[in-house]
Amino acid sequence: MAKVAAAIVGSGNIGTDLLFKLQRSDLIEVRWMVGVDPLSDGLRLARSQGVETMAGGAAQLLASDPLPRIVFEATSAEVHRGNAPLYAAAGIRAVDLTPAAVGPFAVPTVTVDLVRASPNVNMTSCGGQATIPMVAAVSSVCKVGYAEIVSSIASKSAGPGTRANIDEFTRTTARALEVVGGAERGKAIIILNPVEPPMLMRATVFCAIPPDADLGAISDAVTDMSRRIQEFVPGYRLHAEPQFDGAEERWLGSGRVTILIEVEGSGDYLPRYAGNLDIMTSAAARVGELIALELSSEVAA
Amino acid sequence: MTAKTGARVVRITDSTLRDGSHAMSHRLSVEQVFDIVKALDQSGVQVIEVSHGDGLGGSSFNFGFSEVEEITLIRSAVKATSNARVACLLIPGIGTVDDLRRAHDAGAAVVRIATHCTEADISKQHFGVANALGLETVGFLMLSHRLDPEGLAKQARIMADAGAQCVYVVDSAGALTLEEVRDRVAALAAELGQGVQVGFHGHQNLGLGVANSVVAYEAGALQVDGCLIGLGAGAGNSPTEVLVAVFDRIGVQTGIDLDAILAAAEEVVRPMVSRDPFMDRGAIVQGYFGVYSSFLLHAERASIRYGVPLHRILESVGQKGYVGGQEDMIIDVAVSLSRPLHA
Repeated sequence: MAKVAAAIVGSGNIGTDLLFKLQRSDLIEVRWMVGVDPLSDGLRLARSQGVETMAGGAAQLLASDPLPRIVFEATSAEVHRGNAPLYAAAGIRAVDLTPAAVGPFAVPTVTVDLVRASPNVNMTSCGGQATIPMVAAVSSVCKVGYAEIVSSIASKSAGPGTRANIDEFTRTTARALEVVGGAERGKAIIILNPVEPPMLMRATVFCAIPPDADLGAISDAVTDMSRRIQEFVPGYRLHAEPQFDGAEERWLGSGRVTILIEVEGSGDYLPRYAGNLDIMTSAAARVGELIALELSSEVAA
Repeated sequence: MTAKTGARVVRITDSTLRDGSHAMSHRLSVEQVFDIVKALDQSGVQVIEVSHGDGLGGSSFNFGFSEVEEITLIRSAVKATSNARVACLLIPGIGTVDDLRRAHDAGAAVVRIATHCTEADISKQHFGVANALGLETVGFLMLSHRLDPEGLAKQARIMADAGAQCVYVVDSAGALTLEEVRDRVAALAAELGQGVQVGFHGHQNLGLGVANSVVAYEAGALQVDGCLIGLGAGAGNSPTEVLVAVFDRIGVQTGIDLDAILAAAEEVVRPMVSRDPFMDRGAIVQGYFGVYSSFLLHAERASIRYGVPLHRILESVGQKGYVGGQEDMIIDVAVSLSRPLHA
């Protein structure tokens, strides 16, 4: 099967790390790497790997012939909001790694059908990619009235975009816990920790569960989900077995499951502690492959 | 103003109903808030902070759920005041500007925006909204012992440029000693100049909250925090009533009536509290290892739940360098410590 031609728009940390991951794909060929600074490290690395580079932004990409069939956008929410209609008009599928959320949320272990069908999908947030699948796993066993996540990342891995609009993280992630995770209500907390050497990304999921929930089934679903995520994020792991607390009056009669997660990056372009960025690019690559499979099957049919 | 006239004045912000919320496991009632605020207001306290201990939006599994929604508590507080203004705390990453708008609608007039001491730049959007709403603004650099004076002053500059009218050295772990407070407050005062004030928030984990507050004042701080009977996280905060007495003895005006504030502490707050904050082993270990004070009760629960000694949990949390907000890691540490060594 021929690989599907794709472009990465945005040659910063995320775009460059994504390039490393897609270079290993059997389904996608990155033909273009698009930035705005011809001297950027990302474009230099792409050139060295034989990828055609452009410094004229999405406009230059859209003037090329042939066009990519998939674009991975790793710019900013503002830029993607401008580019999204242009990709759509050109019939290019978009995987959006910015917080723009133009399209529906894409979490590769949970929203496979939605990813196949949508012209534009959004990768939620780093903390979201690490935690939403776990809420979905618990939701598959019992009602989750409330899900809460705490995402702790190394200070050094929080870029200027995250820092300028940290509320965007808490809002988007909370919504995705509901829409994708299946919780009736979601809450997200993000903590930046400057300790040296930098800490690996940590994430904790708390779910309110009915007092009579099948705890064994929840444990199995959580463990199974972690294995499925490990298929594309090798450094994703449960730091301990799920912790169960019995129903309490202060939790409005609910019990609680606590899922302790650690994410070590694969160290492609970014340091290993930046598991938060690694899970984002790994999940985007996986989503891209789902789309590539869909596009290939359309051609075959 | 005070510098020109030579008057010695310090403004005490009372945080019984915010930092003290930790010690009450966030179970404060509308009536308790009303009664405490009324007593503080009548004593002459000008700023009274009311929020979940971890700030707006703090009600959660991670930090503990509030008995009563904090916006309701803020409304109750506003109703009880005739002169004082009600403040709220916002920690970016936990609460959002939406929470801030709700607090403002409920009558809060001051916001204190808190970040870990190295992460001031995540507060810019919140200061922007606070200024647009016309709130008085205070920046809070938490766990200030983790940064040297020069580094801390640079972070204070970021908050001041974002719109903070005062920036606090916040000794969240009760870890700072006298000289360390003096150097940090002096560095901030030198950096911020006349336009922006400096404040100090102390804890009693090493017994230095009040002494550190006096040192802070002498180094240039014009705002200082206290809580009635010291009700707060860890071993508690500098007791407001002791601050008033001490500042009065050294000729610094607080505008607070000593008899009235002593009555507020003894007759209003003490009867409500099941356990007075004190310097027990856990709290001292926190001060010594520089552990965020509000971790204490979470660590006590984890100690019981997992059968691991409290001080071992706190030491480990301190050694790993966890910061405010990482209460979930207390569970993680307790689970790890509960495993047999050679499992």
